[in-house]
Amino acid sequence: MHDVAAHAAHHGPPTSFIRKHVFSLDHKVIGKQYYGLALVAALVGMALSWFMRIHLAWNSAAIPGLQLLSKNGAPGGVMTPEYYLQLMTMHGTIMVFFVLTTAPFAAFGNFFLPIQVGAEDMPFPHFNMMSFWVTFAGFVVLMASFFTGDGPTLGGWTQYAPLNAVGPVGGPGQGLGVVLWAASIALFCVGQLLGALNFIPTTLDLRVKGMSLMRLPLSAWGWFITSCMGLTAFAVLMPACILVILDHVAGTSFFVASNLVMNDQLLPHSGGSTLLWQHLFWFFGHPEVYIAIVPGIGIVSHILITNMRKPMLSQRVLIYSMGALAVLSYMVYGHHMFVSGMNPFSSLAFSFPTLVITIPSTIVVLVWTFSLYGSKLRINSASLFALGFISMFVSGGVSGFFLAQPSIDIMLHATYFVVGHFHLVMGVAAMFGIFGATYFWFPKMAGRMMNETLGKIHFWFSFAGAYCIFMPFHYLGMAGNVRRYSTFVDDFLQPLIPVHQFITVAALITGAAQLIFVYNLIHSRFWGKPAPDNPWEATSLEWSAATPPPWDNWGGKHPVVYHDPYQYGVQSSVGDYVMQASPEQVKTEHEEK
Amino acid sequence: MATTVHEPPQIDPRRLPEQGHSGNGGWRNLVPADGDLRVALDHSPPASSSAIYVVLYAITMMFAAFTSALIVRKGSSLDWQSFTLPSILYFNTLLLLASSVTLEVSRRRVAAFMGGLKGHAESRARWLYITLCLGLLFVAGQYIAWSQLSAQGLYLATNPSSSFFYLLTATHALHVLGGLGGLIYVIRKLSKSALRRNTLDATARYWHFMDVLWLYLILLLWIKL
Repeated sequence: MHDVAAHAAHHGPPTSFIRKHVFSLDHKVIGKQYYGLALVAALVGMALSWFMRIHLAWNSAAIPGLQLLSKNGAPGGVMTPEYYLQLMTMHGTIMVFFVLTTAPFAAFGNFFLPIQVGAEDMPFPHFNMMSFWVTFAGFVVLMASFFTGDGPTLGGWTQYAPLNAVGPVGGPGQGLGVVLWAASIALFCVGQLLGALNFIPTTLDLRVKGMSLMRLPLSAWGWFITSCMGLTAFAVLMPACILVILDHVAGTSFFVASNLVMNDQLLPHSGGSTLLWQHLFWFFGHPEVYIAIVPGIGIVSHILITNMRKPMLSQRVLIYSMGALAVLSYMVYGHHMFVSGMNPFSSLAFSFPTLVITIPSTIVVLVWTFSLYGSKLRINSASLFALGFISMFVSGGVSGFFLAQPSIDIMLHATYFVVGHFHLVMGVAAMFGIFGATYFWFPKMAGRMMNETLGKIHFWFSFAGAYCIFMPFHYLGMAGNVRRYSTFVDDFLQPLIPVHQFITVAALITGAAQLIFVYNLIHSRFWGKPAPDNPWEATSLEWSAATPPPWDNWGGKHPVVYHDPYQYGVQSSVGDYVMQASPEQVKTEHEEK
Repeated sequence: MATTVHEPPQIDPRRLPEQGHSGNGGWRNLVPADGDLRVALDHSPPASSSAIYVVLYAITMMFAAFTSALIVRKGSSLDWQSFTLPSILYFNTLLLLASSVTLEVSRRRVAAFMGGLKGHAESRARWLYITLCLGLLFVAGQYIAWSQLSAQGLYLATNPSSSFFYLLTATHALHVLGGLGGLIYVIRKLSKSALRRNTLDATARYWHFMDVLWLYLILLLWIKL
């Protein structure tokens, strides 16, 4: 350690309540704010999925109170087909943007990336604060669409053209609802771009003495790679949203073709391209899937190593695989458009990298599996969720092999098979990453331990529940059950309704089990056992900081890094590990050159 | 069996003040003429030299998206009507190019001043003000171009070609305004003798990038509209 007291501050310690807790410049507070936002968003998204599931299983059942949300959309508590689509759109948008992007990347990344590289804060604390508040504004704008005009948009989280640009004639929510959606997502993009503006320089420029890139923990690599992906993806989605807004408010014609008649009405637009939106959207949309999952890959590796008490077979291979996922994710986006009327040769060109991208994914899973083989894994809530992540990632990933091939995709697209695939591989897997990270880092974030028993109960309900919900989706898809239908009236769909009822019951139970987590989170925050500085006997820098870390993370003394990130299975004065910031010399065979 | 203790990398002792960060040379503060380091050592975040490239990359991606939209939109329809670009745009181009030259002159003067040459101490901000004026004139010139087009009856929604014209030029002008904000920040910091070399360099890179971006845009508009 060396004295840096003369320069200890990026910004002085906060004194007022507003600076401490509301408009805070501290990356840790901003990380917690992101976490809070994600938690609220996840509960809203989950409630929406409950409403939808109940409606799918018991079509005429009234959901008490739903009519209060929308008088026209759910008269007497029974939702109309349009309102079903509106809720579905909001479920997808909230979950993908405000939960799966916000929690693993923005929340944990903000809190722990600077600490893991040994910095006091991000390089641009004001931009960092803006990043959260702009994202928050995006969420408020999105929520506002529930209560304005004829409700939120019904176009799905992908907002395909021309429906996204035709205006109110397209159905409820297609006027103001779409504008609010696009404004919300544009704001979200600004927030994430500001986030990347902090994450990338933090990793490249603010590393403490001795912290070479290869000595960064895998979680820090995950966030760094994700921020590079986000920088590329959100910088494209934002202009796309601007074009949609212009089509609505300025009378331009970017996405609506000529002579389009909708609801017996000839639309005034001319010559727009519907495929253009799909290209712009999926150039963002596919990397978005990896933006949700790559931080999870890093976090899960970090948790597993700590609990295996030995490093992964190769740190370097994991890093390269995450990088390969990031690069390839931009070359595969056309696989979402196999049946959109794109040139069949393009399908072939997009199919090939789609199959190639399974290679780094498989390598990651193999490295995990063979590293786990023979290790004496410490079983706790965090490591259970890390294992669950692998399970979900594999189960959801395998169905990707089928969908990657245009000939099979023609059969399966727009069915529940696809819904099952992406829910497992990016939804549930990423959620398990978030849960694992919460159980693992909560002691450092809140200074208190979480209840392990409740954590394990939460895990088993979530694990079994997720399979009960999403595995039958694959069966439904193969049986021809089309997605986005609010009722299943066709003869061939009738026999599948009991499957839907089973899924709904599973969803209700699994959802209720998440309340155990919320209870554990809140109870432990105030009444949990006080946490020691390094409860998991881990090595990375966040465990060298005080608990919870002071405003400048290090109390005026920067750590110096002497070791690779994961020196477990060694004999040192503290046990079977040596911390990165410890100058102690130990003998080990695990060393990454 | 290998030992895992690696000595921390050797850090160049000339890199002052010692912060422990492994960032590169952007840390040096401008040393005020009176030698009082107090203002230079304010509570400001550590320097980042990669941030400006993050910004420029995001802007590049944004304009790449607009460009691909333009190409797809033009190729997919029969309603595209070409129009002649207002000639003031070419004059504006010269203004922006000139502003890059003046900024470079001023950057070198400030750098020489920071290196200890007292000769330019008085005039160091003059070229920054000239750059600022040229930048403002450029934005004003763009406004004149928009007024000329709207006088011809070409508005944002008139035709896809005019939509893209307004969209691209307005987005670029907004980014130029951001660059003007950066210049004002630099001038303010310079007057307080608290300017970092790194801030000046980042602002200059951004400004030159606006220049190159504009050359690209005017070429694109000239070919496609």
